[in-house]
Amino acid sequence: MGLKDFFKNRRLKKVKLKKPPISYNGQGHDLKQAPKISDDELCALWVKCQGCNELLYLSTLKKNNSICKHCDFHHRLSAEERIELITDYGTFLSINDNIIPDDPLKFTDVKPYKKRLEDAQKTTKTKEAIVTGIGNINGYIAGVASMEFQFIGGSMGSVVGEKLTRLVEVAIKKRLPLIIVSSSGGARMHEGILSLMQMAKTSSALKDFHEANLLYISILTEPTFGGVTASFAMLGDIIIAEPRARIGFAGRRVIEETIRQKLPKEFQTAEYLLENGQIDMIVHRNGLKNTLSDLLRLHLTNHNNATSKDVFKQISKEHLLIKI
Amino acid sequence: MKQETVLLDFEKPLFNISKQIHELEKQVEHNGNKNIIENLKEQYESVKNQIYKNLTPLDKVKISRHAQRPHPLDYIKLMSNTWYELHGDRSGKDDRAIVGGIIEIEGIAVMIIGTQKGTNMKENQKRNFGMPSPEGYKKALRLFYHAEKFNMPIITLIDTPGAYPGLEAESHNQSLAIAMNLRELAGLKVPVISVVTGEGGSGGALAIGVANKILMLEHSIYSVISPEGCAAILWRTKDKASDAASSLKITAEDLYNLGIVDEVIPEPFGGAHYNPEEASKNLLNAIKKYLKELQKLSPEQIRKQRQEKFRQMGRFIEA
Ligand SMILES: [Zn+2]
Repeated sequence: MGLKDFFKNRRLKKVKLKKPPISYNGQGHDLKQAPKISDDELCALWVKCQGCNELLYLSTLKKNNSICKHCDFHHRLSAEERIELITDYGTFLSINDNIIPDDPLKFTDVKPYKKRLEDAQKTTKTKEAIVTGIGNINGYIAGVASMEFQFIGGSMGSVVGEKLTRLVEVAIKKRLPLIIVSSSGGARMHEGILSLMQMAKTSSALKDFHEANLLYISILTEPTFGGVTASFAMLGDIIIAEPRARIGFAGRRVIEETIRQKLPKEFQTAEYLLENGQIDMIVHRNGLKNTLSDLLRLHLTNHNNATSKDVFKQISKEHLLIKI
Repeated sequence: MKQETVLLDFEKPLFNISKQIHELEKQVEHNGNKNIIENLKEQYESVKNQIYKNLTPLDKVKISRHAQRPHPLDYIKLMSNTWYELHGDRSGKDDRAIVGGIIEIEGIAVMIIGTQKGTNMKENQKRNFGMPSPEGYKKALRLFYHAEKFNMPIITLIDTPGAYPGLEAESHNQSLAIAMNLRELAGLKVPVISVVTGEGGSGGALAIGVANKILMLEHSIYSVISPEGCAAILWRTKDKASDAASSLKITAEDLYNLGIVDEVIPEPFGGAHYNPEEASKNLLNAIKKYLKELQKLSPEQIRKQRQEKFRQMGRFIEA
């Protein structure tokens, strides 16, 4: 069996991966109780590194935060994995999960939008392209949002806009710093103009946040484009990108068609953005959590922010009441 | 002399009739048969009526992009005798795809800013087909701040295919330029009225469109992505632009029904390019009406009204 056939077969073979349970109700969860994925199941799964084409065991890759041990390529994380990566175990409280997508335009392309939503919900096991909540980062509390690229390309429709806006509002009210991890192709076409307006809605909320003198750290991950970059993602007080992440406004193909020339390979990479003064730093995934907590600490020293304990209690109370 | 109006593809039936009229008019000078001409002129109007009653969203896209459609500078000159254009981002560039300056409406100084397309190839090159670069948005932002400092209401006229997707635009941070305008417009304490006069192309349009009142000319469009771009991505062929234009809900009427737009401003029959004077009169009347309304609010109320307007936008289910 050639390598090509091997991959073809692998795609056809549906291997069910048992995921450790994630508690989104603030109760926390216990790693020891998480069901172990049998080695057989995982050994059956190989992936090809997007950076160096090496074959990698999925289990090894996942254990290494999805970073390739050969070339250090940072593969995409799911929204959930990202939350696990940066927040302290069992401290993340997801809020506004009851906000779910509608189909305001009754949009149909080759597939009805409703069907697309259902499919995305099935594959990602989430209701929308973003998880928002409050969590501790090495003991420092923050409002945290994490985008799910697998959900219709992490596109921003009404739900993403609304959940982000509400998170910003909670952060202002509770005087929390804000961390938003972006991974998105841009605005969601299927909700038309309503998606476009989410750019204004989130930016408007961030105007209030900005004036409240609170810290917003924006993290740009592979890939961040379009209406997301051109609104909340670029408005961070500090902007961090992951190595080699592609970040930009217009897509590469659109630009090449417009200017009728080939773009340099490094164009629209995190490194290119750093070179061009658009981001503050590129941070390796393994050091991301400590970088974040350090930045939070440094910005707290001179500042009257809320302490972790009080806020957590308050928010847990308020949000658990309105949860489904 | 008035330039002949260029007809769009769906207006082709009109072309034949008008050709016949012209030929007959020449003959009439010889034999004086006026009836045939009158009949044909009636026919012309009735066919035109029929065409304009049944415009598809893609037809509207074509009208909104009509080369002879009045652009912001045309409206500015028709609406006010006073006009001081202000230039530049103060950091090395004057992006001609964005125009801005001070006009006077009923004795009030007003800051007016628009995205400006050209009417011919030469002007389009100068104005980059109405697609602003980051420097253009920074120029607009400078003028927003100027307006706030001197308590001038702001009018923005939107007519752009979108923000320029170019190499330099990216390396100069097109994203941040747009994002900053969205954020800063939200916080202004002077009234902002935005009118989509032609093409409202995505984030590049919204970057001057975070307003207290959003108005659209009857045949303008406003969309998250161009129908062609949407078709290429979702249908995988640009030939489906017509389907995309319908699905995306981009006409003035659609946006009014979605609660995004406050008012649709009527255009002269056939589109603003058939009678720019009338179009600009309608535009000016609408602007005056909303200026009057907004001037009753305090600076704090003006900001609040705008932010709350956008806060309400979006449709979702709260289970
Ligand atoms: Zn690799």
